[in-house]
Amino acid sequence: MTPLKQTWQVTLRGVRVFLRNPAYLLMTLIQPVIWLLLFGALFKAVTRIPGFHGGSYVDFLTPGIVVMLAVSSAGWTGMGLIEDIHGGVMDRTLVSPVWRGALNAGSVVYAVLMIVLQTLLILALALALGADFRGGVGGVLILVLVAALLGAAFASLSNAVGVLARQRETLIGAVTFVLLPLTFLSSALMQQSLVPGWIRTVAKFNPVDWALQAGRSAAVEKTDWSLVGTRLGLLVVLVLACAALATRAFGVYQRSL
Amino acid sequence: MTLAIEATELVKTYPPDVRALDRLSLSVQAGTIFGLLGPNGAGKSTTVRVLTTLSRPDSGRARVAGVDVLADPAGARHAIGAVGQKQGSDPGATGRENLTLQGEFYGIAGRELRTRVADSLERFGLADAADRLVRTYSGGMQRRLDVAMGLLHRPRVLFLDEPTTGLDPEARAGMWREIERLAREQQITILLTTHYLDEADRLASQLAIVDRGRVVVQGTPEQLKSDLQGDTIQVGLRDSQDAAARRALARVDEIGDVRLDGRMLHARARDGAGAIPAVLAALDAQGVTATSVTLARPSLDEVYLRHAGRAFHQANAEHEEVAA
Repeated sequence: MTPLKQTWQVTLRGVRVFLRNPAYLLMTLIQPVIWLLLFGALFKAVTRIPGFHGGSYVDFLTPGIVVMLAVSSAGWTGMGLIEDIHGGVMDRTLVSPVWRGALNAGSVVYAVLMIVLQTLLILALALALGADFRGGVGGVLILVLVAALLGAAFASLSNAVGVLARQRETLIGAVTFVLLPLTFLSSALMQQSLVPGWIRTVAKFNPVDWALQAGRSAAVEKTDWSLVGTRLGLLVVLVLACAALATRAFGVYQRSL
Repeated sequence: MTLAIEATELVKTYPPDVRALDRLSLSVQAGTIFGLLGPNGAGKSTTVRVLTTLSRPDSGRARVAGVDVLADPAGARHAIGAVGQKQGSDPGATGRENLTLQGEFYGIAGRELRTRVADSLERFGLADAADRLVRTYSGGMQRRLDVAMGLLHRPRVLFLDEPTTGLDPEARAGMWREIERLAREQQITILLTTHYLDEADRLASQLAIVDRGRVVVQGTPEQLKSDLQGDTIQVGLRDSQDAAARRALARVDEIGDVRLDGRMLHARARDGAGAIPAVLAALDAQGVTATSVTLARPSLDEVYLRHAGRAFHQANAEHEEVAA
């Protein structure tokens, strides 16, 4: 009970900052809109490439935007811990008997809440733009779920990097470095059968692509349940592994003091 | 009496070859204020980090409130309150939210937690500011909130790492009163680190002087100062009667090092209070009239000079050179 309560209290701390900061709140909400409209306009011609069979371009692109935004939002999670380290909050917290996992999990849950909020906005906008989501409500919920899982994994990774490096610059560098390759080495913006073979091979090991395959299959295509199941399983394992890594990072930080 | 803190031969090195603690040992009796005095870089904060389970020493042993902090850090944490050198509160949250989160971390919840938070805000004079963001607090208020957070779970031992550094004189005096009140009203042991000699002198009943990672001397402030061959007696004279005054004091066995500085006479005595009647009698016999007598105890500055082999401000300056 106590670990869960502590996790939730850490989450609430993030939520309060979010609600108190109108500029931050506004940007979080506008960002999904801009991404969908921009990428939508940019890649509209994708549907005219011979061999493309992804249906309407909004249907094809929406899961891609959802997943990209999840990775990008989650990537910044570690910033909070870096600030805590520099502000003295971290040391005071680590002197307390708080469950170390809560320090990671609390901010991961917060990141996931933000991702779900942004995803719902994208989905609403996509519907307005004429997406028809053949997977129905259930399929769309699976898309939300994979975005949440992928976000949770990257939020933990971001926390681990933040606590170990303790430098804002390192985390900014890591997020910038990772985001575009992971997106381009997946089917986020382009149908897999139309990309070079080596990218297809690399994508097999790319968690972003696991999320995309599961989300797209469930929400907008004829759902392949075994594909959705295995990808969801892989993502769950990844979430747990990243959370364990981030929780251990606090111990490494403490040993360096 | 029982020991609240017991540290034995603590060694801590940082790469590449900084020896922050060099077999540091100290013991603190329960219910007292213990001062760890030393210049910047002497190892005070490292000692606190080790004793509060934040950091592990390379070797050595440490017990706080009867719990071995190395073998059972989780157990020790409930008994320990810590106020770090840096501000420990979240500037983006209110005072009440900070205290509440702190309580949750210690497993306090519900009505009990709400009551404790409200009491503690009241007690530290933060009730009016309870629902304002900490970012808007003055330095003194932030420091009071830090102490309130360190005490919320009612620890048996409280560590205060340089509690008044960076505070203006008024806030500093307020913090001193608060620390004295804590020691008086609660059955709590306080270890405070400071590089202010006057702070250690005023607050601590026991003192350890730390230099280069080890305790160079430990005792009560009075003991440490009386080790320095007694006191300084200062006698104000009505007129400057140099020769007569000197003649008078030459006959008093209890004193030495007589200096006359205008109309102020200085002399050293092993037991100043005991020597004063003899001094006054001898002056009187020579027809010299004294207008005032003061007894000055040696300052901790002199104690530090003697045990660390260099003056306090000099040690601070050396550290800053190394750091720069």
